[in-house]
Amino acid sequence: MVKERVEAAVAAVPDPELQVLSIGELGMLREVSVDDDGNAVVTLTPTYLGCPALELIKADVAAAARAAGAERVEVVVSMSPPWTTDWLSQAARAKLTEVGIAPPGRASLPLLQPGCPRCAFPDTEELSSFGAAACMALRLCPGCGEPFEHLKAH
Amino acid sequence: MTGLLEYLLGLGDDALVAAQRTAEWCARAPQLEEEVALANLALDQLGQARAFLTYAGELEGEGRDEDALAFLRDEHEFRNVQLVELPNGDFAVTVAKTLFLAAYQNLLYTRLARTAEPRLAGIAAKAAKESAFHVSYASLWTVRLGDGTPLSHRRMRDAVEEVWPYTHELFEPWAPPEAGLDPAALHGPWLEAVGRVLGEATLTRPQDGWAATGGRSGRHTEWFGPLLADMQSVHRAHVGARW
Repeated sequence: MVKERVEAAVAAVPDPELQVLSIGELGMLREVSVDDDGNAVVTLTPTYLGCPALELIKADVAAAARAAGAERVEVVVSMSPPWTTDWLSQAARAKLTEVGIAPPGRASLPLLQPGCPRCAFPDTEELSSFGAAACMALRLCPGCGEPFEHLKAH
Repeated sequence: MTGLLEYLLGLGDDALVAAQRTAEWCARAPQLEEEVALANLALDQLGQARAFLTYAGELEGEGRDEDALAFLRDEHEFRNVQLVELPNGDFAVTVAKTLFLAAYQNLLYTRLARTAEPRLAGIAAKAAKESAFHVSYASLWTVRLGDGTPLSHRRMRDAVEEVWPYTHELFEPWAPPEAGLDPAALHGPWLEAVGRVLGEATLTRPQDGWAATGGRSGRHTEWFGPLLADMQSVHRAHVGARW
């Protein structure tokens, strides 16, 4: 009972940099366990090793788990298996497009060009393979002339 | 024989010092996109350093965490190669250093991701994906500058010549059994990968001559002390301070 509540609450924690997605939708949440005394262990995997949002996410996860009824919360960071953008659901990809972020292609083809998330123009240009967050690249659409962010396949 | 602890310190120190040096470009890069890109490269290196140094501290078992290892060791206790401590020079020198380091780290991490030591393999698998972007970034700039104007070609060529003697140290026989690899075996694939980029950039591979050595046993260049002083001063001035 508590486990389901904690799991749902933790999965719904928004990513601080990609506010439109939760850590559940991003695939960062690997496991939630709650023992009989209500002590929860939440296992997360980082998107990037140096992701500065991780500390904040850990604090948000602990707070969400406690609010959902967990007594004590331990947040464990696990590197293996390594996170990949392939874990993003179709729904998550659609949400990204909706807010003007081009969703990632397949991780096996990281340099594949994304189309424009605004006008769907296929042939976009890379401005920089690094953006305001570790996971983003900056691109320009020659179709509508708008710059946009691209969540890099990883 | 290098032990696992010593090895983790080396991997962590390479990444930490590369992060510190690369971050010096913040507010100094030739354009905004490069500013952002170099900051991201530095951030990736810092993340890798944190993972390796945290593991090293736990393995040592003397209560030293990543901060203690980064900020409270002195020059001779660092195990990084001299390549990462070299000054940034002009943009071409930074591009050359980034290309040589990234090509090495990408090969190394890809192989370490398959070792039987699970925690090392986990960090490496993550880091390998990050370093692939660094290789792509540095390759792009090497080609753009090398195959650009006569001036950019000359400066890219000079940069490659200047940094080349510091690349041999990356392949010194220095790995514990847990790593499951011989660093010397990475040299061939590295020369091939780097040679391909240099060729596309209309540059030639420099002759091998004098080669830097000593970083893995704590002997560093004259530029390392000032870098450490800069990096460690706040932590040492405000002992025990937290955010």
